[in-house]
Amino acid sequence: MVRPYGDTHDDGAVQLSFTLPIAWSEAADEAARQLAVKMGLTEVSVVEGRAIAAGFSFFVVYARTPAAIEVSTIRAPSAADAPLSMEQVDDLIAKRVGRKLKVAGACIGTDAHTVGIDAILNMKGYKGDYGLERYQGFEVFNLGSQISVEDLVRFARERDVDAILASQVVTQKGSDIANFTALAELLEAENVRERLLLIAGGPRVTNLLAAELGYDAGFGRGTLPSDVATFIARRLSDAASRR
Amino acid sequence: MELRIDQNAVAGARSLAAAIVDPIVDFVAGHSTLSVERAVTRLCGVDGVDGEGVPLPNRLVDALARPGLGVARALGAALAETGRSPQQVAEAVAAGEPLPDPERTPEGALRAALRSHVDAGLARIDAARGTRDAMLARLPQDEPPLLYVIVASGNIYEDRTAAVAAAEAGAQIIAVIRSTAQSLLDYVPYGATTEGFGGTYATQENFRIMRAALDEISERLGRYVMLTNYASGLCMPEIAATAALERLDMLLNDSMYGILFRDINMQRTFVDQHFSRQLNARSGIVINTGEDNYLTTADAVEQAPAVLASQFVNEAFARRAGLPDAQMGLGDAYEIDPDLRDGFLLQVAQAQLARQIFPNAPLKYMPPTKHMTGNIFKGHLIDAMFNLTSVMTHQTIHLCGMLTEAIHTPFLGDRALALENARYVMNTARSFGDEIEIKPGGRIEQRAHEVLSGAVHILSGVAQRGLMNAIEDGTFADVRRPRDGGRGYDGVFVKEAAYWNPFADALGGVTVRA
Repeated sequence: MVRPYGDTHDDGAVQLSFTLPIAWSEAADEAARQLAVKMGLTEVSVVEGRAIAAGFSFFVVYARTPAAIEVSTIRAPSAADAPLSMEQVDDLIAKRVGRKLKVAGACIGTDAHTVGIDAILNMKGYKGDYGLERYQGFEVFNLGSQISVEDLVRFARERDVDAILASQVVTQKGSDIANFTALAELLEAENVRERLLLIAGGPRVTNLLAAELGYDAGFGRGTLPSDVATFIARRLSDAASRR
Repeated sequence: MELRIDQNAVAGARSLAAAIVDPIVDFVAGHSTLSVERAVTRLCGVDGVDGEGVPLPNRLVDALARPGLGVARALGAALAETGRSPQQVAEAVAAGEPLPDPERTPEGALRAALRSHVDAGLARIDAARGTRDAMLARLPQDEPPLLYVIVASGNIYEDRTAAVAAAEAGAQIIAVIRSTAQSLLDYVPYGATTEGFGGTYATQENFRIMRAALDEISERLGRYVMLTNYASGLCMPEIAATAALERLDMLLNDSMYGILFRDINMQRTFVDQHFSRQLNARSGIVINTGEDNYLTTADAVEQAPAVLASQFVNEAFARRAGLPDAQMGLGDAYEIDPDLRDGFLLQVAQAQLARQIFPNAPLKYMPPTKHMTGNIFKGHLIDAMFNLTSVMTHQTIHLCGMLTEAIHTPFLGDRALALENARYVMNTARSFGDEIEIKPGGRIEQRAHEVLSGAVHILSGVAQRGLMNAIEDGTFADVRRPRDGGRGYDGVFVKEAAYWNPFADALGGVTVRA
C-alpha cells in the first residue's frame, strides 16, 4: 500500500488550492478547512486564505490523507514502451511491411490547436526528435485543424490509410471525448475500423482513456514522435507477419 | 537600455514591406466581399435574424442581383422607392420581397436616401470613440505594460463574473476568447449566448453585456478597463463594425493569420482586412497582430526573423488602411524552449529590438504556451521570466501567462495568481530596463542584428516573388495556400465601375486603385 510522502514515510501529506465564491473572512478560512475535512483529509491547515476579488477567496491547504493505494493491482500500460530510433523504425517497416505506411493526422471537430499533431508529424519534430514526415517508412498526410470526423473518415477510405492520428487539445465541456467517440463510431459504421490503427493524442489523453474509447493507443503529454512511430511500426509489422 | 541597431537595415525593411503590400492594396481596391457588404448593412442599422435564425445582413446581401455594385446602391434604391428604413428593407427581403433594380433609381436619389443612415452609423462610431476618450481621461489606466487576461467559459454571464473579478485583481484589458469554430462561420451569431467550445461567441449583444459590466467596474476602480475581441475569420469586417458600434477597445487582427492557420482564402482575407482596419482606424480600436502563431507552430529561435518580418508587413498594411502607429499592437511571444541555455537573452534581444523599431506602437507581448506543461510550479516561474522581459523592454500590451496554460481555460483563481505574479515582477523590477546598458557587441546585441538581417532576407525574398506567390510557395509557417483555395473564396467579387461603399469613402486609408 502506498500513501503520499511529505517528509516521513506514510505521512499522507497533500497540498491543494481552490477558490470559494465568498468574501474572505476568518469564517471563510474555517469554511475552507471544513471543506477539506469533508474530503476526508485530516490535520488540515489552511496556510493561505485571502480575497482575490469581490466575493471570491483563494486558499492554499496542507493536510493528510488516510487513503492508500495498492499499486501492484493497477494496470495502465503505456503505448510508448521502448521506442526505437528513426533508422530502426524505417528498417522494421522496410523489412516486415515492405512498403510505406500511410498515416493521416488531424485536429478533429472544432479544435484548431495543431501544436500537438504538428509536433508529431512535421518533419522538424519536437525536442530534437524528428517528426513522422522525416521517416522513410511513412507517407504522412497532415490534414490540419478543424477537420470534421466525416471528412477524416472519407479521406482515410479514399487513401486507404494504415493509421489515423486524431488530436484534441481543447477539452472544455467534454468536447474531446465527444469527438474521439464520434470518430471511432463512424469508422465502425463504415466498416473500416478493423483496417487501420486508430490513435488518440492530446495533453489530456492517456493510453487507458484511449482504450476505453475503442482506440488502439493513446499518447499524452511529453510524447515524442518516435514513440508514436515505434508503436505504429511494431503493430503493423506484427500484423503484416501474421498475414 | 538601448540596442545599437542598423537604421539603414530598418529603413530597408520598411521599403521592402511597402513593395510587398502595395500590389495587394491595389488588388484590394478593386474588390469587395460578402462580409464587407454585410458590414455596410450593419453600419446602416440592419440587425436581427429571420425566423430561421439567419442574420438579416446575410439575407439582404445574399439577395443582391449584382453584388459588384455594392449593397449600399441596392439599399439606397430600396429606401428611395419605398421610404422604408434599412432595417425594414432587410425584413421585407427576409419575408421574400425582391430588392428593386438599382438602375431604376437616379444616382443622386439613392445616395440621398441612404445618406442619413450612413451619417448615423459614422456618428455612432465617433460617439463611441468620444466616450472612450472621455472615460480614459477621467479614469486613467495604470502605466504599461497593460495587464491583459482572457475569459473563455462559453457563457457570457460567467465570462462577465470572471472579467469583473480579473479587473479587481488588476487586469486592465479583458479579452473574450471566441468559440473555436466561429472564425469559419460565414455569419455573426445573434443575441446573448451561453454555449461555446473553447470560448464564447462574439455577438453584438455579448459585446454590449461585457462592455456594460466593464464600464461599471471601471467606475468603481477609478481606471478604465478595456475590452478585446477577434476581428478575424470570415466575418472580420462585420466584427470590426460591431466592435466600433459597441465600443470595444482592441481587436485581434492579423494580415495573414486566417490564411495560414485557418485556411481562409487569401483574397478574401486581404479585402476583408483592409476595410476592417479602416473601420478600426476611425473607431480608435487598437489592433493586436498574431505573430505569436509563428512561434507556437515552429521553433521560436528559428522563427524570430519571421516574427519581425511579419511585424513590418502588418505595419505596412495598417498604414495603408489609415491606422496610426498608436493603434498598431504588433505581436511577439515568449516561446523559446526553457531548456535552452541563455534563452532569456534571446527573448530580451527580440523584445527590445521590436520596441526600438516600432517606438510608437503599443506592442503586444504574448506569454509562453508551447513549453508550458502540467508542472504548474515551473510554469509560474517561466511566466515570471516573461513578465520580467516585458517590463524591462517596455512592452505595452501584456497578455498574462497562466500557470495552468497547458491544462484548461483559466480558472478564476488562476487569473488572480497570474496577475499577482505580473504585478509583483513589474513592480519590483519597474525601472530595471532603464538602469542597465546592453553590452556593445555582446550576445544580446548580436542576436538582435541576426534577427533584423534575417527579417530583411525574408522580406526581400517575398518582395521579389510577390506576397500571394510567397504564400502559395509555403514561405510562411511552412504552410502552402493557393490563391483561389481555402474558405470564403466564393464570397470575393470584382467591384463594378459603379460600385459604391459610402463608409469606405468616408474612412481614411487607400480606397481606390493607385
